[in-house]
Amino acid sequence: MLEVLFLFPLCAGLLTLLLPSRTVRRGLLLLVAVTHLVLSLLTLLAVGRGQTPSAFFGLMEPDAVGVLFLTLASTLFCAASWYGVGYLRDEALKGERTGFQDGHPFTNAPERRFTACLCFFLAAMTLVTTTRHLGALWMGIEGTTLASAPLIYFHRHQQSLEATWKYLIICSVGIALALIGNLLLSIGFYRPGLVMEEGLDQVGIFVDMAREVRASGFYGVQSPWLQAAFVFLLVGYGTKMGLAPLHNWLPDAHSQAPSLVSGLLSGALLNCALLGILRGHQIMLAAGLGDFSGGLLVFFGIVSLFTAATFIVGQGHYKRLLAYSSVEHMGILALGIGLGGSAVFGAMFHAVGHSLTKCMLFLLAGNILTRYHTLSSYDVRGLRWTMPMTGALWTAGFLAIVGSPPFGLFVSEFLILKGILSQGRWLVATCYLLALAVIFVGMSIPVLRMVQGTRPRDMQRAEPESACSVLPPLCLGVLVLCLGVYTPVWLENILRRAAALIGG
Amino acid sequence: MSPLVAYLVQFVLALLLAPLLPGIINRVKAKFAGRHGKPLLQLYFDIFKLLRKGEVISRSASFVLSLGPAVSLATALCALALLPLGGVTSPLAFQGDFLLAAYLLGLGRFAVILAALDTGSSFEGMGASREATFSALAEPVLFCCLLALACVGGALHLENHLSLSGMLGGRPGTEWLLGRSELLFVPVVLFVLLLVENCRIPVDDPNTHLELTMIHEVMILDHSGPNLAFILYGSALKLWFFAALPAGILIPDLSPWWAQALCWLATILLMAVLVGVVESVMARLRMYSVPRLLGGAGVLAALALILTQIR
Amino acid sequence: MTGLLQLLLLVLTLNNLALLGVDRLRSLIRLITLQGVLLAGVLLALDHILLAPAVLIIKGGILPYLLNRTRRRIGAEPHLRPRFGYGWAVLAGMGGLLFSFWLEGRLPMPPGLFPPLLLPAALTTLFCGLVLVVGRVTALSQVMGYLVAENGIFLLGIPLMSAGAIWFELTLLLDIFVAVFVMGIAINHISDTFESIDVNRFHNLRD
Repeated sequence: MLEVLFLFPLCAGLLTLLLPSRTVRRGLLLLVAVTHLVLSLLTLLAVGRGQTPSAFFGLMEPDAVGVLFLTLASTLFCAASWYGVGYLRDEALKGERTGFQDGHPFTNAPERRFTACLCFFLAAMTLVTTTRHLGALWMGIEGTTLASAPLIYFHRHQQSLEATWKYLIICSVGIALALIGNLLLSIGFYRPGLVMEEGLDQVGIFVDMAREVRASGFYGVQSPWLQAAFVFLLVGYGTKMGLAPLHNWLPDAHSQAPSLVSGLLSGALLNCALLGILRGHQIMLAAGLGDFSGGLLVFFGIVSLFTAATFIVGQGHYKRLLAYSSVEHMGILALGIGLGGSAVFGAMFHAVGHSLTKCMLFLLAGNILTRYHTLSSYDVRGLRWTMPMTGALWTAGFLAIVGSPPFGLFVSEFLILKGILSQGRWLVATCYLLALAVIFVGMSIPVLRMVQGTRPRDMQRAEPESACSVLPPLCLGVLVLCLGVYTPVWLENILRRAAALIGG
Repeated sequence: MSPLVAYLVQFVLALLLAPLLPGIINRVKAKFAGRHGKPLLQLYFDIFKLLRKGEVISRSASFVLSLGPAVSLATALCALALLPLGGVTSPLAFQGDFLLAAYLLGLGRFAVILAALDTGSSFEGMGASREATFSALAEPVLFCCLLALACVGGALHLENHLSLSGMLGGRPGTEWLLGRSELLFVPVVLFVLLLVENCRIPVDDPNTHLELTMIHEVMILDHSGPNLAFILYGSALKLWFFAALPAGILIPDLSPWWAQALCWLATILLMAVLVGVVESVMARLRMYSVPRLLGGAGVLAALALILTQIR
Repeated sequence: MTGLLQLLLLVLTLNNLALLGVDRLRSLIRLITLQGVLLAGVLLALDHILLAPAVLIIKGGILPYLLNRTRRRIGAEPHLRPRFGYGWAVLAGMGGLLFSFWLEGRLPMPPGLFPPLLLPAALTTLFCGLVLVVGRVTALSQVMGYLVAENGIFLLGIPLMSAGAIWFELTLLLDIFVAVFVMGIAINHISDTFESIDVNRFHNLRD
């Protein structure tokens, strides 16, 4: 099953490079997405029942965290490719046109390559989420960078190229630093004369070794190495995850990519990078250095929250607004995980809610962009009249992302707050609430302005919106709403297991 | 034979052979250019000729002008006397004498610069300023090299590791053969310093005929007769001094003293040949890229120093 | 064998400082080729007979070839344009070297894992790579900086390699190869779209 999960997107990607017909390619993309979703749900259930599915001699052996993120990625990919079919159909009709950002003409990248890269991207994310070998995890994340760079450069104009280059260089160098973290971990666990077990479940092996060392009470030799390793992992994967102050590339890449890609990058890829940090944190916890790693995570979380708040207030570019909101939510995740205790469960829940909501919002932003041809939130007015469905969903998505009551993110943010308060960390709680309040106000102004207001004179009233462009975000929105109202037992079970792995 | 006699023999040999080095350099350059070239002993002839001639001194010059050549020759002689020759410890050696040797050479340069300024000629002032700049840049590099050597000696617990005799006396010289390959950087740096300090080609062209581009040659335009002979002989001694430094690092301890002395001699002559080759194949650097050359040499020296410190 | 290893590491360190000091694109590519060859040499000296040829081919052959081809295709200007002076870059490299020696002294070393000089050489290589990425303004030299940094990490990983994990190292090499390939394509596009590979022209996106 896991083999198919990884190999099917890979082969489908190679196949799309050869297929001549557009329709068949798009069909194949949908098929990949649906198959992947079904298989990953099956894996999720299997892990939930306590089984450990395994493939490639143990290279792919997902645990609860991994399978949670796998299912998330798969769900988002399904929604994005559903949306993508309609998007690509519209884009194919457009040909060369003038960019509204700088007025230079541009074309699209070949659709064939775009579809193939989407499939490769999915395959790389599958590898990241299912493996417990740190090297394979690293390669998977580097693979996601390489597969998603051409996706960002779909519209071939200067802005997207600039964003792609920043993304490639900053993330590649960042991930290279994470590789040092891997090496330092191996050095920390190196014992002369002891032949290392050649297992592929590296995280498990390291955790066991760390526990043994901790039990024996002598870990003076390894702890500096482990601390250095975690710092490198945090900086490396934190770059990719968009933790401030390493987030520079993120608003650029997320605002210039086609909307469905932005949704995937924000909702699925950031989680994958987070997974890299979580693996390090897992080992640190086992080695008794959880305070060190948790403290760093809390620190970076709060810095991210404040950075995001600073840039969200007065942000006139609605896709950048969403991108900074991703920085904010990554900050919340880091904060929740760093705190430990009950906040970790909240953070896991938050990851689910954020991914679904953010992907939904990016897809809607794509709709708005197609209709209004502008990225400035000042020029978008009267969504309520021009695109009723999108407008309604945009409002709902906004309410969800800032953590308003009926939606899942309210529950998770509340859980995290409860976690902070139960530890009596009043300063952290104040910072958290303050940043959330500022962000709520900062986001509500442009969003409400976009939805309300009078529509531009030259714009026709309510063209019918196509099913492909509205239904995927609608489904995601319904899921987020459900999360807020009712959490199914199997999901709670998986979340509990995931939280238990990382100190919850 | 006692070490003192062995040293004196070599010292006299150095004094006698020093004017041969410029001759060798010129001969190599001539061969590269396809000419026959000046005789090897040309500098000896020049010096004897100049010693017999009278002197013309500018009316505007003071006694400083004639002080310059004498001081530069005297300091070069003293510096050479502090150097171990052929691995034999100098009788004057003491802890820290490398500082004395370096600053003796500095004093000699200072005297020549003063003499050049004393003439009041603008060309000579320009040459003096350049000479002062480059030698100021070269000095830290030289000390880096010497410190690296001192560190090796210190690590080996040599008694006289802070004197030139300890640094260059052969025993530390064997170290690079035993795997301290970073010591091989030092002769390279010292060779660059040789080129800079003795005004050889990538830095200064001794044969140039354009005052504007000269450095060393322009400073001594106003000297004539015995004073010019002193300066020529002094710079030949200085060249010998700098050529002997790499020899001290490269040549390990050999058992009969004369074998080691012969190796030194061969290395020194080889250095002269090498200078000739460099002068033939390289063009002169532009004035402002000389600091870059010295910077590169400095980096290399610092690297050697760091690496010797770490081990 | 250890003497050879020491010499190779020494030359590697020197090569790193030279990388920061050169001002021509071609010399930079040459030095990177040399670095690849030196890495292969280090692997040989540490008895990784299988991996050494692969490294030699990829890092000493294919990657420099790709870089050179890109350089010719886009007609890149021969001189690198530094953000700060070459002298400062070299000084920074020396600083990195000193720092890595200091670090080596401070970290408790697992006995018998690292041959002397390997850890500082690796860290210096990494550091010099980062200085190249930050300190030069053309896109091509940023890629080269990335490659150098990656070389440093590779060097750090050599003592940890075990015979069983060769497949892993090979995939890593392949990964870097693909990364440079993708970056090369991106550089081609940059040169077409911006008519230069000077990253200072990237000022469209900012807050």
